[in-house]
Amino acid sequence: MKVAKTRGKKLEVDFLARVEGEGGLFIKLQGGTVAEVRFNIFEPPRFFEAFLRGRHHTEVPDIVARICGICPIAYQMSSVHAIEAAFDVKVGGQLRALRRLFYCGEWIESHALHIYMLHAPDFLGYQDVIEMAKDHAAVVERALKLKKTGNELVSLLGGREIHPVSVRVGGFYKVPTRQELAPLAEKLKWARDAALETVQWTADLPFPEFEQDYEFVALHHPEEYPFNEGRLISNKGLNIAVREYDHHFIEEHVEHSNALHSQLKVRGAYFVGPLARYNLNYEQLSPLAQDAARAAGLPAVCRNPFQSIVVRAIETLYACDEALRIIDDYEAPDRPFVEFEPRAATGFGCTEAPRGILYHRYDIDEAGLISDAKIVPPTSQNQKTIEADLRQFVTKNIHLPKDKLTWQCEQVVRNYDPCISCATHFLKLTIVQEMPK
Amino acid sequence: MAQKRKPKLAVWKFASCDGCQLSLLDCEDELLAVVGAIEIANFPEASRAVINGPYDVSLVEGSITTPHDAERIHKVRRASKFLVTIGACATAGGIQALRNFTEVQRYVPIVYASPQYIQTLNKSTPIADHVFVDFQLRGCPINKHQLVEVLSAHLNGRKPNTPTYGVCIECKRRGTVCIMAAQGAICLGPVTQAGCGAICPSFSRGCYGCFGPKETPNTDALSRWWSDHGVKDRDIMRTYRGFNAYAEAFRRESEAHEK
Repeated sequence: MKVAKTRGKKLEVDFLARVEGEGGLFIKLQGGTVAEVRFNIFEPPRFFEAFLRGRHHTEVPDIVARICGICPIAYQMSSVHAIEAAFDVKVGGQLRALRRLFYCGEWIESHALHIYMLHAPDFLGYQDVIEMAKDHAAVVERALKLKKTGNELVSLLGGREIHPVSVRVGGFYKVPTRQELAPLAEKLKWARDAALETVQWTADLPFPEFEQDYEFVALHHPEEYPFNEGRLISNKGLNIAVREYDHHFIEEHVEHSNALHSQLKVRGAYFVGPLARYNLNYEQLSPLAQDAARAAGLPAVCRNPFQSIVVRAIETLYACDEALRIIDDYEAPDRPFVEFEPRAATGFGCTEAPRGILYHRYDIDEAGLISDAKIVPPTSQNQKTIEADLRQFVTKNIHLPKDKLTWQCEQVVRNYDPCISCATHFLKLTIVQEMPK
Repeated sequence: MAQKRKPKLAVWKFASCDGCQLSLLDCEDELLAVVGAIEIANFPEASRAVINGPYDVSLVEGSITTPHDAERIHKVRRASKFLVTIGACATAGGIQALRNFTEVQRYVPIVYASPQYIQTLNKSTPIADHVFVDFQLRGCPINKHQLVEVLSAHLNGRKPNTPTYGVCIECKRRGTVCIMAAQGAICLGPVTQAGCGAICPSFSRGCYGCFGPKETPNTDALSRWWSDHGVKDRDIMRTYRGFNAYAEAFRRESEAHEK
């Protein structure tokens, strides 16, 4: 982290570390107040929605996976659900369960990565996990093994950890046998214990007091904690089907960012991700996960984004628990995918990426080619809320020494696990102090 | 004997999905051994700390797509003794090189409401088009074992053992029945470099070319075989226009079927 001081009033940091991608932060102070906050995304635009036009619908899951190397399964899932909705294909039974299992693997590896390698070093005052490993070797070993279990689940179902190859519209190219899944159950039992320890470990971290009156938005399903299906709900009255998304949300293009800012047409900024899911779906967590949350002292509604690290641990625990349930009930389906007839139509899909809701919409023509695509990743939905948090946080902590304030501002951003390659990515942090005239 | 200084490693990102650099963190079993042998001096995805260059090894992910990045890569080269490009974006321009077959200005307004805010180059180009590259590691994503091999080879002063033969060899080796012969699937395996372990055919689907063209790819013969089996030119073109669309052999073959 480079720090350049100009006349003692300007503090500049060249990039924000430990986020997936490239973004930056600009904060202008005037006297004791915050005059301006900008969360910049410099990640070069890659134009997925443009080059998807003219591609065959069967190619979409593999192409959109490349938007993000950290959560490719989320992109594959939202896309296949959208395309299946267009063709009115229903994927149920064990195929549906396998998709949940696949998603469990991505949540485990992505959450373990963020909890231990990207987020925890902030709370403990380390530059990175490698430095942390010198004092907390056993913790880091647990982290790596937990992350590896998630990756092994993804590799088993998808052939490799990053950009797995098994997902297709209608189901999978190939499904595992019961025997193939069995060895994973043993590892997942270890992972479930490790995740429980992770909940307790994160609960003891020091959290700054910080809360705002957020609007949390997540998928909600009456019977299960949301991965692939449900209605979009919020704590402020939103309750819509996924296909109504475009009527309620709008994307804005602001000058300082290569990512589009998303907001609710009526109420503006909103909050997606683990904290939103937890607050809106507490009842759907497994008893084990609920018990762990209670034991960790976490209320059923948590508004402190710094505590998102605890919620991620609870979700990791849930994902291990759910994966074990699915493996236990699993019988290999007769066919790995459902047959369907393509037709000209529009399809909508929304699933819960590790970082929050991921919305896809595709127009498909009579030849089965994509004629229009819209993709709204979680980070572009959180961007306005991140800016609001920063404004609030800096106002409250303006007295802190600049180095400390800078680090804590980065932490405010990392609370959201922003995946900037998704939202387009290099974080540059600039705090300018203008003296009152 | 005086202790040898640990070589300094830097990781750089250009236009990409972050998946290839994530492969380093995905080396769960090797990570602590790697950081025992190498000093991670600049890796923003993993650390706040930055140790100044020059760096002994630089891993470069991503392609060049903006005027700013076209400048930045020269600074990276100047600060690096041994520069390794990792992944299809860095070695061939990536999926975002699909713009190279059209005018990028046609793309901008499809995605952005205010095109004037967007600075982008007309082409997405591999790193080697801009600076000298010491070693290229293919893949979309790279294979993490190959990454460890490249680092280990460099530390020990030997040449990395990364094959340049085709995916077909890997299929034979793992005993996968040829899905092109048995199922008539469109498979890029015969012209694609090995490295992934021939995953797709083992999942009953054709290879889609993550590792780019192999050393001597006979794309013409492969396309003719497809044509003879009723595959339309348009579909042949699209098959080559994937994550390595702008790699020379795939680019030429796709253009030959563009009508």
